[in-house]
Amino acid sequence: MIDREFIDKCKNIFGHENVLTEKAELIAYSYDATPGIPRETPGVVVFPENTKQIQELIFLARQTKTPIYPRGAGTSLSGGPVPLSKGVVISFQKMNKILEVDPDNLTATVQPGVVVAELNTAVSKFGLLYPPDPGSMATATVGGTVAENAGGLRGLKYGVTKHYIMGMEVVMPTGEVFRFGGKTVKNVTAYDFTHLFVGSEGTLGIVTEIICKLIPAPKYRKAMIAFFDRLEDAGKTVTDIVRNHVIPATLEIMDKVTIQTVENFAKVGLPTDAEALLLIEVDGMGKDSVEWEAEKCVEIIKQNNGKYKIAETDSERDSLWQARRAALPALAQVKPATILEDATVPRTKLVDMLIGVQNIAQKYGLMIGTFGHAGDGNLHPTLLVDPMNSEEMAKVHKAVDEIFETALSLGGTLSGEHGIGVAKLKYLKNEIGRSGIDTMRRIKQALDPDNILNPGKLVPMED
Amino acid sequence: MTVSAKTVFDDLETLKKELIRCMKCGNCMSVCPIYNVEKKESSVARGKIALGEAILSENIKIDDETLVKLIFNCLVCKSCMLACPSGVRFDRIILGLRSAIVKKKGIPFVKKALFGLLRNSELFDKGMKAFAAMQGLFLSAEEEKKRKPRGFLRGISSRFDEKFILPELSRESFRDRSKEKEEVSLPQATALFFTGCSVNYLYPEVGDDLIYVLKENNVTIITPKKQNCCGMPVMVHGDIETAREIAKKNIDIFEKTEAQYIVTVCGSCGSALKHEYPIILENTEYEERAKKWAQKVYDISVFLLKVIKFKEPKGKLNLKVTYHDSCHLKKSMKVFNEPRQLLKMIPGLTLVEMKKPDACCGSGGSYHLTYANTSLKIAKEKAEDIKATQANVVCTGCPACMMEIFESLNRFGGNCHVTHTVSLLAKSYKNERAGNV
Repeated sequence: MIDREFIDKCKNIFGHENVLTEKAELIAYSYDATPGIPRETPGVVVFPENTKQIQELIFLARQTKTPIYPRGAGTSLSGGPVPLSKGVVISFQKMNKILEVDPDNLTATVQPGVVVAELNTAVSKFGLLYPPDPGSMATATVGGTVAENAGGLRGLKYGVTKHYIMGMEVVMPTGEVFRFGGKTVKNVTAYDFTHLFVGSEGTLGIVTEIICKLIPAPKYRKAMIAFFDRLEDAGKTVTDIVRNHVIPATLEIMDKVTIQTVENFAKVGLPTDAEALLLIEVDGMGKDSVEWEAEKCVEIIKQNNGKYKIAETDSERDSLWQARRAALPALAQVKPATILEDATVPRTKLVDMLIGVQNIAQKYGLMIGTFGHAGDGNLHPTLLVDPMNSEEMAKVHKAVDEIFETALSLGGTLSGEHGIGVAKLKYLKNEIGRSGIDTMRRIKQALDPDNILNPGKLVPMED
Repeated sequence: MTVSAKTVFDDLETLKKELIRCMKCGNCMSVCPIYNVEKKESSVARGKIALGEAILSENIKIDDETLVKLIFNCLVCKSCMLACPSGVRFDRIILGLRSAIVKKKGIPFVKKALFGLLRNSELFDKGMKAFAAMQGLFLSAEEEKKRKPRGFLRGISSRFDEKFILPELSRESFRDRSKEKEEVSLPQATALFFTGCSVNYLYPEVGDDLIYVLKENNVTIITPKKQNCCGMPVMVHGDIETAREIAKKNIDIFEKTEAQYIVTVCGSCGSALKHEYPIILENTEYEERAKKWAQKVYDISVFLLKVIKFKEPKGKLNLKVTYHDSCHLKKSMKVFNEPRQLLKMIPGLTLVEMKKPDACCGSGGSYHLTYANTSLKIAKEKAEDIKATQANVVCTGCPACMMEIFESLNRFGGNCHVTHTVSLLAKSYKNERAGNV
């Protein structure tokens, strides 16, 4: 319970200036970027500046059985930081120091509040790159992206957050500080805790320090855009590129609804009769290999009846990317709100998934624009909705259910990169089954016996 | 006759359709100068939108004292609107909310609520009046030479401390000394000069320079003595009714002239005339007239380069100059190329870009007084960025920015001269006439 005594203790731990208690301030912590999920106002918001303060808060929360909700920038898309049972929100905005960049071990050690884009600015001085690039990277924190195991546009070639975390410091729900992993490429000591905590959505421990893996930034890149009259041709282009052993850094797809909406909104010269568009970018350290990969892609596009444009200069590259960047803003103009999903299927099922979504849109008379990361089968069917129209919203909920059903029936997954949180909790059993749910509960109970860490997310504690 | 008005400024319910567009994606957080300093959700647009939603769902009262302070904790710099993927019209939202607060509780309540942030209410009232008029009331005669704030001001805001320095004041306002009409032989255009209060009272020399530049370009200039404040200061405080009255009066004055264009030298004035008048006068009998005049409003840099045949400056200025983008000039009027183009045309002048030229200077009208702590941190970053360029001159297109940058450079130690784009241009023309080419 959060009472005056609890708040006073918080002020002792964090200092007056780092505790928010006014209702108007607290309301601004009742949401993240997830549409259509419940909101709740926390009892108090605290801004830690060091690990010890978090440890003290855990002790206080355990004594009083108060739920704790860690929060990075709150750009998450499954409800991770929403304080469902009131309680304490820990905002990491003031634990935002880059502690070290080690160009010889290719690591960066950071506090959880560091913004992903700022980490990249810092390491770019050494010619290095931290590859995970979620759409929100200009705002999202490393801590938040670790908790959600965020992906991004470069997933196909470079992987996602979990591939770039080498170790961390965690305050356990029982109050102990636990450090594991480190700067070594090889480390098989103990369980692989890094992979347990990445993507744990703040339910197993509070991450207070992170060792990130860096790679040399690619020196050359080449972008192209291709249009297809048939979805099947676009889908085959995607699989053919990979079958020919070219792994593009970016391999994005946009369907007809998205193309038309983008063209309508941004007038970038897209053919509105095309069924699909692919944005392809290859990159690498050698000019010749990048050229070879680009040529190979062009060859495959032609074989599959595609028309293409290739960027020769940086400004041409920018104009090709403009179409992709405009996808969400353009779709958002059509209706008052958008619901962005991230059901993901194996690459070879991409076309089946796109057609499945189109059928669902038709069945319910909804407008759904689909774009996304074709290379890794991670699609973003975007439902354009009017939240004030309850009849339409009822259809939207049914359509979303069917999108997930379709993805699972194609051997896919509920979420490629947004996480389960509260938004997809009810679908979880459909993918991992009874045994999966039981295993998750046992892990949660073992580490967080009082269920104080981000309760109500990721792990369904009741049937 | 007033048409029954139902805009976001009159009816909070109409805000719903603006609020609903916000996806809470958080893109605004990467560009908000206040969030950058304070790191609180309530600092940034989406947090304030959540507060708007809470007001409409009656989860919080509109006169909640903290809420009022949070809603006024915005520079209205519009940076968030450029970063917003769903095109949320946050300017309407923030001004609509402020207007609703003022409607419910009145201006004195707002001042009193903001007073919590200041030290002395009675003096704050004086200060607000003084500031709203942007008058040269800030200095006492004997203190004027030292350019220190008057005693009574020191009690108003923590910003008026011993380090504070105001710009040098002129005893005579610009419109006192300027002619109602400056004729040229064979004019290529007739332009109305909307001076704005800062130029009129604080920087009359910028007005002189504008006249000089326009005359060099064979433009007849009309400077109506009776023109009013643009209304921006009262509008951002939520007093939409007064802003509407001012806007209407100004439009009446414009219509009495034979001006083909209106020229501004202040990002905020230009943005008020061009973008805010048509919004606040929506659903009134002035709506169409406001729209008509809005199309004729140009920042001086655009007027020179895009509207008339421009006489290239030939006089040499051996200066290293850095350019600061005024928020309203860049983010509202979308003017950022033309001033740079003009500067690059001046022989001898080198333009060096600072790290983030379009980061807010921290002024925000009276924001730098009411939210002095946050404003100072924003101002400090700007001063450091300017100093890092090692330029001898920092130039901008807005006198409010000039005032703020002058003050912060002084405070944080920079010996860079602050000036207006039009003043550098005038100087170049003058050097040309003096044979220094």
